[in-house]
Amino acid sequence: MTTLSDVVDASHVVVCCGSGGVGKTTTAAVIALEAARRGRRAVVVTIDPARRLADALGLEGLTNTPSRIEGDWPGEMYALMLDTKSTFDGLVTRYSADPEQAGRILANGFYQNISSALSGTQEYMASEKLYELAEECDYDLVVVDTPPTRNAHDFLDAPHRLAHFLDHRLYKVLMTPTRGIVKAVNVAAQAVVKSLSKVVGGAVIGDAIAFFQAFEGMEEGFKERATHVDRLLSAEETAFILVASPKADTVAEAAYFAEKLREHDIEVRGLIVNRMQPVFGQGDDGMALGPEAARERAHTLAGTAIGDHYTCLADARQLARGEAENLVGLTDGVAPAPVVRVEIQPFEVTDLEALEVLGELILGPVEP
Amino acid sequence: MNPEQFFRASGLIIVAGKGGVGKTTVTAALAVAASSVGLRTLIVEVEGKDGMTSMFETGGLNYDELILVHAAEEHAGVRARTLTPDDALLDYLSGRGLHRISNRLVKSGVLDMVATAIPGIRDILVLGKVKQLERTDEQDLIILDAPAAGHAISFLRSARGLADAVKVGPISTQAEEVLELLNDRRRCRVVLVTLPEETPVNELIETAFSLEEEVGVALGPVVVNGVLPPLPGLEVDPHAAADETGITLLDEEPELLAEAGAFRRSREAIQRTQLERMADVLPLPQLRLPYLFSSELGREELDRLAEELLTGIHALPEGGGA
Repeated sequence: MTTLSDVVDASHVVVCCGSGGVGKTTTAAVIALEAARRGRRAVVVTIDPARRLADALGLEGLTNTPSRIEGDWPGEMYALMLDTKSTFDGLVTRYSADPEQAGRILANGFYQNISSALSGTQEYMASEKLYELAEECDYDLVVVDTPPTRNAHDFLDAPHRLAHFLDHRLYKVLMTPTRGIVKAVNVAAQAVVKSLSKVVGGAVIGDAIAFFQAFEGMEEGFKERATHVDRLLSAEETAFILVASPKADTVAEAAYFAEKLREHDIEVRGLIVNRMQPVFGQGDDGMALGPEAARERAHTLAGTAIGDHYTCLADARQLARGEAENLVGLTDGVAPAPVVRVEIQPFEVTDLEALEVLGELILGPVEP
Repeated sequence: MNPEQFFRASGLIIVAGKGGVGKTTVTAALAVAASSVGLRTLIVEVEGKDGMTSMFETGGLNYDELILVHAAEEHAGVRARTLTPDDALLDYLSGRGLHRISNRLVKSGVLDMVATAIPGIRDILVLGKVKQLERTDEQDLIILDAPAAGHAISFLRSARGLADAVKVGPISTQAEEVLELLNDRRRCRVVLVTLPEETPVNELIETAFSLEEEVGVALGPVVVNGVLPPLPGLEVDPHAAADETGITLLDEEPELLAEAGAFRRSREAIQRTQLERMADVLPLPQLRLPYLFSSELGREELDRLAEELLTGIHALPEGGGA
């Protein structure tokens, strides 16, 4: 049977996806760390603005370029924190015809909004960074922690959506020399722009038009790049790993995510369920003291110390059973992808040592 | 503090917190609590999410208002609606003579362009619409389920940003009015939600300071979700505890109880540390909600959480809500 460790070993790119608060960032770091412990050269891209990964790695501030994490392992580990704006600036510089064009775009107010505030830009730049590291650098494994997007479409479609946005028909119309039939369209479009300007102010619209003028000629480069990114995301060596918690709402979101990936012909290659309630003793099947029995004793013995002990066990049992039930549909849905359940640890993950402990739980021991 | 007084202290409560802390649950529980002490409450959801309705065991949420709790003897009623940025932008444009072409604006992507040209405009329009609702007499309290933490700050900061960037015209007026709402503690408060764990607490502290400094909005009590109820009996070893009560533990029971007890105590210790740290750093009262061991969250659980909130509010000092 394929294990999660097999999946990671065979991959060049791992995309960790799932909703917020399920330990996605930590999981991504763990996967990169474990790859380094297995002798590979790995880099992890994190997107989390809270700098949690940086904390766990003991780094003060990660930047947009990979920094090496020192540790006692045969491979190499690097980490970086995605800086949406500077990644976008890099793309503009790369595809502009000359420094003068790049300069005009970078200085434009509308561009600055696109590169920092437009929804989807972060997803776009995450996949752009992923592409850059995977195709243009010399890493064995690139792990990317995705933005906490609810919908896989947002991540997968971002490059195309942005490329489309930058190549919009309407702007072309606005900028085409006014002749014949084009002129009629242009007049109508100009009317729309005129009424919009009244509402939102002429300066902002002027800025937008100046941006599209400056951008002229670069659309093709952007579109081509988006197609390359697409190809990388659906490549055999790229594994999408779902990260979830056993809570009903995050399980539902993970299932939705898996479904959307499937619509893009991408299979989930692995599922990691973090923060599972530990099952004490032999588990729910044939256990000496199931949730109901424990609860009953807790009631009978209420108000005593041993009653508290039974309450504690009953709570744990009840939770474990509920979690197992929540997960049934999801694990079936991603089959035959391996599923790893990680129990809540009695420590907070704030250093490399803790990451290594999690690494063994998720990917198993490192074989000598 | 009297709960009715607490909820009447401002007409708008904005609930914010990082993903996964139970922000939507807390929004719902606050609404049920407010309704139970006599306030007609409206929940506004801004991300187009639908999680709320399963808790109330009702149908889906959308732009039109939905009744979640009917007004009855013990309840003034809870209604809910979504208000996504796109809804708000269309609403705004159609209110300004662009109604006829609004569909075309969406289809042709002009709306995207406008929203990109003026970052924060979507947020300001949502808040502008909330302000408009707040001015009506249709409800006593609006509870806004804000976007997840990182975004909550930019969401609330949008007003100041726009007020600074755009000096004239309708957008500027809108931004100024929203800013007025946010900076008036008698009209608006932010309730931050967290879990008693290190990372969520760190983010909460950061968010609290940026909201106060950069937005100038008043902060209500912090809601700490998922606090393990104390089990003092766990201090006693299972064997000794059984002896005290005169019962005998069978086979693997002592081991099982000890294992479960040790785990729970280690989690409790983490929680205690975080709760104390938060109390030290943030001069805000805490309302604590118990960890629910049931995996499903329905009306019964919601009523229980609302009850816990009311108990917590009762225990707040006078004036502790604002």
